[in-house]
Amino acid sequence: MKGILGRKLGMTQVFTEDGNVVPVTVVEAGPCVVLQVKTVENDGYDSVQLGFADKKRPNKPEAGHAAKANAVAKRYVREFRGPVDSELTLGAQVTAEVFAEGDVVDVIGVSKGKGTAGPIKRHNQSRGPMAHGSKYHRGVGSLGSINANRVFKGQTMAGRMGHERVTVQNLQVVRVDAQRNLLLVKGAIPGPKNSFVTVREAVKKRKG
Amino acid sequence: MHPLVQVVAREQLRSDIPAFRPGDTLRVHVKVREGSRERIQVFEGFVIKRRGTAISATFTVRKISYGVGVERAFPLHSPKLEKIERVKRGKVRRAKLYYMRNLRGKAARIKEIR
Repeated sequence: MKGILGRKLGMTQVFTEDGNVVPVTVVEAGPCVVLQVKTVENDGYDSVQLGFADKKRPNKPEAGHAAKANAVAKRYVREFRGPVDSELTLGAQVTAEVFAEGDVVDVIGVSKGKGTAGPIKRHNQSRGPMAHGSKYHRGVGSLGSINANRVFKGQTMAGRMGHERVTVQNLQVVRVDAQRNLLLVKGAIPGPKNSFVTVREAVKKRKG
Repeated sequence: MHPLVQVVAREQLRSDIPAFRPGDTLRVHVKVREGSRERIQVFEGFVIKRRGTAISATFTVRKISYGVGVERAFPLHSPKLEKIERVKRGKVRRAKLYYMRNLRGKAARIKEIR
């Protein structure tokens, strides 16, 4: 599977050739280094392990693992499963050029943490009337049947929201800037600015 | 904003845009695509608002066309704009001239600065 690791830098907009405005997220993609190539014979499955962004104070196991690929230990290490390209050998560089303009990608990141959030924000519940003597404003509603004599698992309630792994599928690559290692992806991607993201080729690619 | 994000935006900025303010009368030359042919259409009117900075800046031009008020908003740095000409400078005391929408005829004039 084709993929690269990077960092979300922020959003802006670009004009297409016919003058339409496209909102884009700028991703600093790579350069990544291949830290490990896994094979069916050795590891039970095929995959390639990439690393992005140098780690300041790696511990010995991390440093040793990276040293095998002649690299410095990395802060963000992820695997891409599937048949491995023959060019991707231990220590090889992966740059933004793995993707081209028009490619469709999935972007994986950790969403912004929202802290403790009520059910309206967290689960898109509706609120009650705010006035006219209503005593039901933004609280959680019914928790289910009273005959069950318990609350079922998965009941939507207030609690921690955000800061979880989120995948946004089928985003278009609008532009690739190989010199600056930039990928411009159409639309928004998860996470705050400067957070690490994984960009991979779309799993549910549309045919044709 | 991250400097690299600004670089991406800055590359698309146009340098051929004249200085203009709300109240000024502009001739905006817009490229219009009809099938495979491309021609230039001129939209002339006065600026009622400018907003945004850098790449996201837009401006709105208002004109009276056959007795009907028409407003058109353009991205300032759009490649669809062939050119912008400033015809007149107007003397106004607001940044947003929304009050012009409620004025008709003689009242809907803007004093010119010469």
